[in-house]
Amino acid sequence: MAADALIDIRNVTKTYGAGETAVHALRGVSLRVEAGEYVAVMGSSGSGKSTLMNILGCLDTPTRGEYWLDGTNVARLTEDQQALVRGRKIGFVFQSFNLIPRTSALANVELPLTYAHLRRTERRQRARRALELVGLADREDHRPNQLSGGQQQRVAIARALATGPRILLADEPTGNLDAHSTDEVLGMFDELNAEGRTVVVITHETEVAQHARRLVLFSDGRIVSDEKVTR
Amino acid sequence: MSPRDLFGAALRGLGANKMRSLLTMLGVAIGVGAVIVLVAVGNGSGKAVQDRLEAMGTNLLTVSTSGGGGGFQRGQAGPAAQQYSLTLDDAAALADNRLAPDVAAVAPVMTSNGTATSGDVSYTINQVIGTTPEYLPATNTPVSTGASFTKQDVDGSRRVILLGQTAATELFGRANAAVGQTIKLGAVDFTVLGVLASKDSTGFNDPNATAIVPISTLRATQAGYGPLNQIVVQAADKDKVDTAQAEVTQLLTARHQVPATTTSPYRITNSAQILQTSQDTAATFTALLATVAAISLIVGGIGVTNIMLVTVTERTREIGIRKALGARRRAILGQFLIEATLLSLLGGTVGVIAALVVSRFQLAGVQPVLVPSSIALAFGVSAAVGLFFGSMPAHRAAGLRPIDALRHE
Repeated sequence: MAADALIDIRNVTKTYGAGETAVHALRGVSLRVEAGEYVAVMGSSGSGKSTLMNILGCLDTPTRGEYWLDGTNVARLTEDQQALVRGRKIGFVFQSFNLIPRTSALANVELPLTYAHLRRTERRQRARRALELVGLADREDHRPNQLSGGQQQRVAIARALATGPRILLADEPTGNLDAHSTDEVLGMFDELNAEGRTVVVITHETEVAQHARRLVLFSDGRIVSDEKVTR
Repeated sequence: MSPRDLFGAALRGLGANKMRSLLTMLGVAIGVGAVIVLVAVGNGSGKAVQDRLEAMGTNLLTVSTSGGGGGFQRGQAGPAAQQYSLTLDDAAALADNRLAPDVAAVAPVMTSNGTATSGDVSYTINQVIGTTPEYLPATNTPVSTGASFTKQDVDGSRRVILLGQTAATELFGRANAAVGQTIKLGAVDFTVLGVLASKDSTGFNDPNATAIVPISTLRATQAGYGPLNQIVVQAADKDKVDTAQAEVTQLLTARHQVPATTTSPYRITNSAQILQTSQDTAATFTALLATVAAISLIVGGIGVTNIMLVTVTERTREIGIRKALGARRRAILGQFLIEATLLSLLGGTVGVIAALVVSRFQLAGVQPVLVPSSIALAFGVSAAVGLFFGSMPAHRAAGLRPIDALRHE
């Protein structure tokens, strides 16, 4: 196997509960994502794509199988080490934005940098630059409830990018957005990928999946197809 | 996450629910304030009792013959009673350094009462004490203006008198105006030599409604030549009160040939013992108050736990987000611990300030006396309360799995 695969999950299963009531969310999934890819994971709800996203983001651990992220078997790491991996290598974009309420946009973007133990001035600088990148430099003092959905999601993207992660993981990033904001966000993903960032998007909208270069289809805890997207 | 960032996050957390934070702080403030104030009240009442007893004189033994009302009634005095009566010779013997080496001063006491008049004004003095000059230092009764009488006055049975503050004020309007004046006590003229310093009340009687005259004069003019009411004995040293008491008992028993089989006819009141007893009582009182206060502090602490649990539950999703962004266990733990500690420390500060203000006033007739250590203790405990009572919710928050926390609605 090539050592340069950024994400390499091998025969991963995830089971919730036990015995007769056990739910098999993932039934043996293997997936390799090289650096710089733009992958869309599609499937109906309950197909296991969100579980996959949680495992890819180190938010959850597989029941069985291995997960190699950038050359490390993440499943074996301790909780705190996983937190470190999340902070350094992964940027999350959630469907419900997940900004911290009553906290300014700038402070929200600064947060992962804070956990990465950066100095105050550097944090400020990098957070401002990330906000500029998503075009919200003039809203840095606004709180989440003072921003529109599209703006909130852009703050979330800025936050995901602030630490300069290798992977951008997005879970239904446009699920709560109108058409205009959706275009904005997807355009941003395209740009980021063009700059060499690895992007993994979980979605059930074909329109979103159209932007990716590779489409992975999920059904009942298994990958049913995995092919290049031609535009 | 640097301490400064943690503090910032904790402050924002507290600010998010100002009313709730305020009420929780109030709980801790009341607990801390109660500890400080109640300990101060206990301490203050102990000190008040101690001051009163010290005003009566320290190292003091008061000897009287036992039996109803501290001495045999004159009319009922049988032969046995007369045998045991206290006399001036007893007083002289007790003052003898060879017989009672641990006795520093002795003053025989006879009491009477009478109506004093000055011009048109008359005033009934409840307690006219006939004694010797040693009485004043021994019972801690200084003269505030004028001078005390002397041994010569006693020897010469001179008609001189020292008035208590109340007596002097009643007779002359101003206490200071009394010195050098002449008053009539009964049918006899007395020259006022001095006015006694004011004393705090030790019981129901006004200790300033007194007059002191030489014992010889009192016997000649008012009280007759019966037995002494008391002999006041001052021990040489605070540590020698007990030995002095033993010497007094022994000497009197020997002088009056009290049979070994009978119980001692002399009652000796030991001021040190009374002081000790009342100090013990005050300590118990203080401990009781402190316990009540400590309970309220614990209740305040439980309030902190309660509110932190609510906060953690409310902010589960936020915890999930923070974890997704790379927060380690310690960062989450620190944030909530600091939040809880800030709550109780701020509450503690308010409590200390409130206690400092409140203890300036008299409470239930007691002037509280602050115990510095109680302030430090209450403040320290309030910080510990935050850490202790906040640790359970904080651990709960830190232990959440990021995926569970993120899914929390």
